[in-house]
Amino acid sequence: MQYQFLGIGYLTWITFLPILGMIVVLLIPRASTNAMKWTALGATILQLVFAALIWINFNPALTGINDVSKFQFVEKATWINLQGVGWFGHVVIEYFLGIDGLSLPMIVLTSLISFVGVVASWNINKAQKGYFALYLLLDTGMMGVFVALDMFLFYMFWEIMLLPMYFLIGIWGGPRREYAAIKFFLYTLLGSVLILLVMLALYFSVSIKDPVTGQMTHTFNMLAMMNPANYDPNSILGGIGTYWRDVAFIALFIGFAIKVPIFPFHTWLPDAHVEAPTAISVILAGVLLKMGTYGFLRISFPIFPDAMLKYAFPLAILGFINIVYGALCAMAQTDFKKLIAYSSISHMGVVLLGIAAMNTQGVSGGVLQMFNHGVVTAMLFLVVGVIYDRAHTRGVNDFGGLANQMPVYTGIMTVAFFAAIGLPGLSEFVSEMLSYLGAFQTFQWVTIFASIGILLTAGYMLWTLQRVFLGQLPEKWKGLPDVNGRELVAFVPLMVVVILLGIFPSILLHPMNASLDHLVDFVHRVGTGLTAVK
Amino acid sequence: MAQTIYESFGYLLPETMLSIFFILTLMTALVGKRRSKYLPAYMALLGIVLAGIFVFRQIGVDELVFSGMYAVDPFSWFFKVIFLATGILIILFSLQSRELDAVATKYPEYFSLILALTIGAFFMAGSSNLLMMYLSLELVSISSYILSGFTKENARADEASLKYVIYGAFSSGLMLYGISLIYGMTGETNLYAMNQAIAVGNIPRITMLIAVILMLVGLGYKISAVPFHFWTPDVYEGAPITVTAFLSVTSKAAGFAMLMRFFKIGFIDLTAAPAMAGMWGIFKGLNWTDIIAVLSVLTMSVGNLVALWQSNMKRLLAYSSIAHAGYILMGFVTLTNQGMSAMLLYFVAYLLMNLGAFYVVMLIANKYHTENIEDYRGLGYRSPYAAFALTVFLFSLTGIPPTFGFIGKFYLFSALISTHYIWLAIVGVINSVVSLYYYAKVVRNMYLVEPIEKSRIEFDFGSNLLMTLLVVPNIALMLYFTPVLSWAQYSVTMFGLR
Repeated sequence: MQYQFLGIGYLTWITFLPILGMIVVLLIPRASTNAMKWTALGATILQLVFAALIWINFNPALTGINDVSKFQFVEKATWINLQGVGWFGHVVIEYFLGIDGLSLPMIVLTSLISFVGVVASWNINKAQKGYFALYLLLDTGMMGVFVALDMFLFYMFWEIMLLPMYFLIGIWGGPRREYAAIKFFLYTLLGSVLILLVMLALYFSVSIKDPVTGQMTHTFNMLAMMNPANYDPNSILGGIGTYWRDVAFIALFIGFAIKVPIFPFHTWLPDAHVEAPTAISVILAGVLLKMGTYGFLRISFPIFPDAMLKYAFPLAILGFINIVYGALCAMAQTDFKKLIAYSSISHMGVVLLGIAAMNTQGVSGGVLQMFNHGVVTAMLFLVVGVIYDRAHTRGVNDFGGLANQMPVYTGIMTVAFFAAIGLPGLSEFVSEMLSYLGAFQTFQWVTIFASIGILLTAGYMLWTLQRVFLGQLPEKWKGLPDVNGRELVAFVPLMVVVILLGIFPSILLHPMNASLDHLVDFVHRVGTGLTAVK
Repeated sequence: MAQTIYESFGYLLPETMLSIFFILTLMTALVGKRRSKYLPAYMALLGIVLAGIFVFRQIGVDELVFSGMYAVDPFSWFFKVIFLATGILIILFSLQSRELDAVATKYPEYFSLILALTIGAFFMAGSSNLLMMYLSLELVSISSYILSGFTKENARADEASLKYVIYGAFSSGLMLYGISLIYGMTGETNLYAMNQAIAVGNIPRITMLIAVILMLVGLGYKISAVPFHFWTPDVYEGAPITVTAFLSVTSKAAGFAMLMRFFKIGFIDLTAAPAMAGMWGIFKGLNWTDIIAVLSVLTMSVGNLVALWQSNMKRLLAYSSIAHAGYILMGFVTLTNQGMSAMLLYFVAYLLMNLGAFYVVMLIANKYHTENIEDYRGLGYRSPYAAFALTVFLFSLTGIPPTFGFIGKFYLFSALISTHYIWLAIVGVINSVVSLYYYAKVVRNMYLVEPIEKSRIEFDFGSNLLMTLLVVPNIALMLYFTPVLSWAQYSVTMFGLR
């Protein structure tokens, strides 16, 4: 074990630092709210430091995906080890963490957005203790999802996020928060239980040789699930392109699609976004949505490559629907936050379209788009938060002419909006272009129609910009102050990333490249290999 | 096999100890101040602890005593531990109950009845003879009739008790009829002999199936499976909360223990060589697993759907406990040891989360004088710790990580998936999503709704300690469940069967 701090691996640190912070927050007396904020900020800054350390020490040549020796920062320990009686078999659940080029951008994104989220939560004035404790718990859950390689562990982290999210929306949210919170909870739980069933079916289908005893043992190891040789021939998910493998792929797809969210499972998102407090919207759009697409790339596609290739076209169609439907809905909104929420649906469609193409450009574009959308959308929600804090309204039509009143704010918002439109020189341009480029090779017509989305995005974004910043400043907004120092602390890192990745996308593309190449190659090789045998 | 009565008594020490303390507890009414609740309570606790010592000396014992009447095996051992733990917790809860103060002069009777019910439950878990089964069932039933109507000045409690008696009498009558049919066909009341008689003899399968269904009426009534559940909400609402909590765990677990033993010993085809160890075959033509699968689906769906509309906390937990009976039954459909060990694991989880929930409900009823969910508004701000504990228990009942309830559900579903009962697993998971709605409704009232009154109400140290003792395993056992799982696996062994 090379990368350790105080004898504990980097990935454990980065995952459980927020839990440490949570414990500290819980121990702080109720009255000293400042101490809680600083603790939360400290925990997320340390997390960011670890993310930076991991990025610096990351070896871009190693592929990962299905080969444990090519994973980095691996930590493996036995969590549950039960030498059961004969009929039960040996139960092993591992604490198995590791990252490759697919998880690295997500880790960096999670740390960055978590930090920004704490800064954006500075004004929370109700039950701060509970807020920051839950926030940090949520942070651990998110980070854990991106580093876990044992499916049971993955599922644990995946589920642990639900509770804090429910409370964060439900207690600190807007007027319809109860409805939004329970809707979010029910939707995501429905998705999770589908994942649970598939996980169990995989568990009973896959067995590997125990290195110590030599007996065949069922396992939750995701990498073992990717190897077709490990499937028991008579098990439910064994065989090639069978009925149950298709069913499992679709169940898993629905589970992850609810999180992305993909049409028609998206209806929780606008409600949750509108009601959630600013920082939670930022987290929700910045990180949580990416878990769905990360789940596709980490679990669905490599484990069911046969089904993935079979359903690639429907996936692309869904991506197209997301892009256009999301953009059209966004255009119709007058609530600023809802507008951004629908634009998220549209932008996540680009990710889906890119990864459905299953070629290097498409998948790289998709993953880069996950990162870029996380950053840009976080900025957009912060932008809305800033104006809502001041004016206590989110109606796009209520504003006008703010450009003179709040020049710095206007500058920030323009950067964010143009990044979202995909202006060359800003980050989303690169990722959208790569996604469309990849998709065009595989699904020409779908991509051509989907590119209408770019036009629509430009349309609603520019129109919004015009309604808010140009024209006559209404009398009542004459006293609005410009962004303050704290808000700048949240904006500046995101803006730096947006511009940096617009100019030098390779700093992120380079470490991802080997892994994603390998992923594409693996899915095609195993997927067609399986169907060829059939 | 211990044959002589003298030898057999050696295996009956826990039950004997409980019986002695049943009488001693009752006799505390004669000495000292009659109004003291502590003397009988401590006497009963002492009885349980002493019985517990004898129970723990029975680890690994696998015997059939009193000429095949009663089995002392790992399976019954498991349930005995569950009953003792529940007994201890219920006595501790009862000491804090305000409701029972209405009948303060009757504490000796109350605590001795708790012991009586525990003895009955012990016998239910171990009996391997139809007559013994019936007698122990009646012992549990009669004790619970009295307990549920214990606060007799309360009209609702009277109604509950009467309903309970009528339903109980009816269903145990039907069960007796089933027993008589089985006896008529096989000439045996011993379960092992009955199994052999079915295996060799030419038993009419249809009549046998009818007898099985009649038996299921009695057993289904005890575990409150739909459609034999109608008594449950009324009794659970009317009875004192401590009694409700007691019935929901001990009486239900005993019913399940008896059901599992009856079917596993009575109806497994021992000659059908199992393809894999841990799988059972059943006699051809006796497809009781299908009946149980239907029963399970009905039980959890009705329980969950009706719970959605409840506004009384006790009634909500009553329907939720019906739903949980449905989940547990799923494990039995698989006909494997794996499914059965999942059921046992679930009982441990169920004990922790259900008793915990009832305890907090009782504490809240003590201080806030309400069981109405609407009145739980703002509890998260007024009594933060109790609300937190209740939240843990409710999410554990839902089965969401990081709680032990998740592990319970996880193993039930894994048993179903490994035996390819996919449809049942899907019904199960959809049910647990539905259940989230009503559990979360309580949590919503506690946290998401602004309190009308802001004053804080704290609980005393003892209550907080007991809540902590129940909260900690609910989370800790999720993080490390190896011991419980291996215990549950070990405990599926019944006498004479592997």
